[in-house]
Amino acid sequence: MRRAVVAALLLALVTAAAYALTFPPLTGRVVDQANILDAATRQSITDKLAAVEAKSGDQIVVVTLSSLQGTSIEDYGYQLGRQWGIGEKSRNNGALLIVAPNERKVRIEVGYGLEGALTDAVTRLIIQNAILPRFRANDFAGGITRGVDDMVQVVSGDAEEYKRRAAQRPDAAPQGWNAASVLLILLVLVVIFLMMRGGGGRGRFGRSRGWAAPIFIPSGGSWSSGSSGSGGGGGFSGGGGSFGGGGSSGSW
Amino acid sequence: MSLALPFHPLRPWIVLVALGLLLSGCGVNNIPTYEEQAKAKWADVNNQYQRRADLIPNLVETVKGYARQERETLEAVVNARAKATSIQVTPDIVNDPEKFKQFQEAQAQLSGALGRLIAVSENYPDLKSNQNFLALQSQLEGTENRIAVSRRDYIEAVRVYNTELRTLPGSLWASTFYRGHKPMETFTVAEDVRRAPSVKF
Repeated sequence: MRRAVVAALLLALVTAAAYALTFPPLTGRVVDQANILDAATRQSITDKLAAVEAKSGDQIVVVTLSSLQGTSIEDYGYQLGRQWGIGEKSRNNGALLIVAPNERKVRIEVGYGLEGALTDAVTRLIIQNAILPRFRANDFAGGITRGVDDMVQVVSGDAEEYKRRAAQRPDAAPQGWNAASVLLILLVLVVIFLMMRGGGGRGRFGRSRGWAAPIFIPSGGSWSSGSSGSGGGGGFSGGGGSFGGGGSSGSW
Repeated sequence: MSLALPFHPLRPWIVLVALGLLLSGCGVNNIPTYEEQAKAKWADVNNQYQRRADLIPNLVETVKGYARQERETLEAVVNARAKATSIQVTPDIVNDPEKFKQFQEAQAQLSGALGRLIAVSENYPDLKSNQNFLALQSQLEGTENRIAVSRRDYIEAVRVYNTELRTLPGSLWASTFYRGHKPMETFTVAEDVRRAPSVKF
């Protein structure tokens, strides 16, 4: 029985490792891993996206990938969004424009909180009308720029904005161990320990010393990935937003 | 009474509080916490399936307008939807292997019927260029993708919960405080194969 449990756990570990994708570091609002954008385009897109975030808090990131690592762009997309934590944690208002030139795939990945504005149908229109025609003519800079412009326009549309704010999907409050609760436990234990010692071994626990040891293993539940996002250059980082597969994809 | 501290009147209480804190340090709260998380993920999965069911009548109407002769395919979708939505999704379905299997099979059947409908609609150029149809199709693809994501999140949450029930120290609490907590059902891997939604234009 015990063996079976151990085997199951090992198997879970192995499969988890097999599914693990690697993600490029979040170095800014434009992460050009596939190296298809020139410096001027990168800069102008970065400026536009910074302006959007300053205005509404919505975070949009453009990423080009040198490889999808054998999975679909839908599968890679939401995991990348979660890994980076694009968007504010409380509002999940992030979106990604993902381009995989080697697989000839493009996707707009939408965080939970922006699904009301950047709907599946709207993202499809942006991809079909603004992005794909330019990609087919090998104009990556033009396609991405137009795609970003359209996304920005949709996200900052007033009517849409209104609808979106009403339909935001809040995250559950984070839980886990904080310093205060650990300190409190420590304090109480110290008090008890002193009292027991004072009691001269009359207490049920007697003088057995090591009994307090096992408590300091925080038992899971606290390793959320949110805050570990690598800021990298420019001090840009995600706010901990999450993604659930909204958006749409296209290929050329 | 020559020892440092006399018996303190509050001592039993302090011991009790300490014991409580000690227990929570040992993960005594993990089982209900993980259970709630898994239940929330289940609600998510269910919402996405519901969302798909809500899209279907509109889709069927639109396809009918252009491809009336595909009666069999259309009926298969309507029937599969009726069957899937007729299953009462009660909260305890996740603890009932029989019902869970039923639910899973009905949804898989609906996925298959929808896949065929989208495939045959490729044969109708007018339908394929209909804006309404294209919007519905992109919503359907998005929903299928959300279903895949929420199913995975649920599978992961159930894995964490079930593992907690069966491994130390969780198994101790499961056999003492939480006798009523049973492992949850999860989706079988075979059906979690991702249907990468793709549209060719």
